[in-house]
Amino acid sequence: MRLFRAHVLVCAGTNCSLKSNKAVQDRLVREVERRGLADEIKVVETGCFGLCEQGPTVVVYPEGVLYCRVTPDDVPELVEEHLLKGRRLDRLLYREEVPVAGAAVSAGPKAFQTVPEMNFFRGQVRIVLRNCGIIDPESIEEYIANGGYEALGKAITAMTPAAVVEEVKASGLRGRGGAGFPAGLKWEFAAKAKGDTKYIVCNADEGEPGTFKDRLILEGDPHAIIEGMVLAAYAIGATQGYVYIRGEYGLSIDRLQKAINRAKEMKLLGRGIFGSKFDFDIEIRTGAGAYICGEETALFESLEGGRGEPRLKPPYPTDSGLFGKPTAINNVETLASIAQIIANGAKWYRGFGTESSPGTKVFTLTGDIVNEGLIEVPMGITLREIIFGIGGGVPNGRSFKMAQSGGTSGGCLPAALLDVPMDYDELAKAGAALGSGALLIMDDTHCIVDIARVFARFFMHESCGKCVPCREGTFRLHEFVENATKGKATPQDLETVHALARTMALASLCPLGQAAPVPLLSTLQYFRDEYDQHINEKRCPTGTCRGLATPAKALSAAGKGA
Amino acid sequence: MAKQEKQAIDVDRVDKIVARHASREGALLPVLQEVQDLVGYLPEEALKRVALGLGLSLSRVYGVATFYSLFYTTPKGKYVVRVCESAPCHVQGAPEVIAAIERELGVPFGETTPDGRFTLEMVSCLGVCGVAPAVMVEDRVYGNLTPETVIAVLQEYR
Repeated sequence: MRLFRAHVLVCAGTNCSLKSNKAVQDRLVREVERRGLADEIKVVETGCFGLCEQGPTVVVYPEGVLYCRVTPDDVPELVEEHLLKGRRLDRLLYREEVPVAGAAVSAGPKAFQTVPEMNFFRGQVRIVLRNCGIIDPESIEEYIANGGYEALGKAITAMTPAAVVEEVKASGLRGRGGAGFPAGLKWEFAAKAKGDTKYIVCNADEGEPGTFKDRLILEGDPHAIIEGMVLAAYAIGATQGYVYIRGEYGLSIDRLQKAINRAKEMKLLGRGIFGSKFDFDIEIRTGAGAYICGEETALFESLEGGRGEPRLKPPYPTDSGLFGKPTAINNVETLASIAQIIANGAKWYRGFGTESSPGTKVFTLTGDIVNEGLIEVPMGITLREIIFGIGGGVPNGRSFKMAQSGGTSGGCLPAALLDVPMDYDELAKAGAALGSGALLIMDDTHCIVDIARVFARFFMHESCGKCVPCREGTFRLHEFVENATKGKATPQDLETVHALARTMALASLCPLGQAAPVPLLSTLQYFRDEYDQHINEKRCPTGTCRGLATPAKALSAAGKGA
Repeated sequence: MAKQEKQAIDVDRVDKIVARHASREGALLPVLQEVQDLVGYLPEEALKRVALGLGLSLSRVYGVATFYSLFYTTPKGKYVVRVCESAPCHVQGAPEVIAAIERELGVPFGETTPDGRFTLEMVSCLGVCGVAPAVMVEDRVYGNLTPETVIAVLQEYR
């Protein structure tokens, strides 16, 4: 193996790849060659580094210096200064506002030299994302060099399937797709279910607006998912696995397929894994554009070649899932956690997070936040720490209005709840949900009724139509909010909406219809004033809802007067 | 991908796709995906061949073809423009970007420009919310758009 003096890591996650990362990488390779440094310096294409807003990002090791918003034209100077002369290129360094204790103003942006000293990384604990942005996701050798497939080797050669189930149960890992069901318990049910044919399904049908963690895990560390699936298969006795990925996720599909092929070549997948008698294969199936297929039984229907309509439960998938066989279906992030748990033990994993929600959680930060992107933190961290510590706060000098946790089907939290600990149970108490880990942050220029209309439209559009409470209910909820934005809703409507929301939560067949009223109800709970202004005074305080009266002050503040 | 074929479909090639997948469990979606890649959309004639080849009723095949938003039973434009208007994009300025697209293309959502070049669609989420607002043209995604830059993107496809 060749040793290099420096490694230059270029982020090639989807978000950076929209910003000419490839041109930056090509230019780096050419420039390094032109200066005769090809034997000393290696340019590596990695998965998502997390700082999507600052992309394309380039990190130079061994120092770990981060350069942001790098363009191809910056490359010659970067190579000359950093790699030849050993000086840091100041103008491309990452900058963070440094808050002054006790004051609303900041001391101004400070340039941060290396990755570990940035607030963005200091608050993070990277277990699932440990390889993302660090290794070349298309190299199985780099995954193995960083401890990959060690857990699988340990399990197959030294642990019984029951011991693997026990370890995952003891870790307290809960499903990261949103529902938070204990993963070990699910595996135990599947392992004990009667039947010779069992399946492992990886749910990669990530469709929750605001969520892109699974995509970036698939792109950044595909072998972690494969290893997790093989461990799951060994634990429950499955011989076939499926990964159901959204059809829109081209790069994820491509990288995962390459990873599957390489794992098979190295006998880490396929027949006789690790020289044992254990066989397991994985096939990728792509979705065709339906949010509902993220619901597990709808996903089975789709995999079986049907319309993606949910089934009535019970029977649960662990008894009768895909093709009517016992099936363990897990989210991408859940599966990507497994190898680390097996390698380091349940006790180690429980060292992170809270008693009822152990471990770490990957969040995606979107909306009005300085560091839009991908982060991983211990469960139980407060919303404030995420938004104002790691996330860098609300940009443009605006103030925080609300954060929606869990994607569009999650609840909206006002500033008064910024200190809520982010775990499954605490958020449920606040009328919100941890869900997929999507965090949408909104500043005070946005209208709460207008955003509730966008939430409602989403559910109306994505309801599969199978059950009446959801099909009709999502339509009526949208009608109400749309009327409110036009000044046509009445106080009477509010009562109707509450009754309808209760009906939908109780009577809908699947979580889509059950969750559809959640964002609306939480905005009603925490921002009732703003609804009253729209309904009673026919006034939109932020000036977003055109056609309603707007205070002149709001117009100029929000810059929406034009 | 988006080939528009006015003439009769190539039945032999459709049959070959069906035959290649017929023994797989749950073959219908992969078959429809490949047939659509071949033909550009899923005309009735193709759905009939698929139903026959897989031993399914035409109503079942049609039901699946019309359930998913990435399947088309009518011809689409040369380029499908998928615009996200979910909350994260909405908060970051999608309404202005959408207004610019509608002005530029001159057709409402769900329709194809008269020259057959663009089909305009509203979609739920493209999963690139870190760089919202985002638009997908065929299989390429564009992020951090403004009313000005989205016009430049569309002009690349003119």
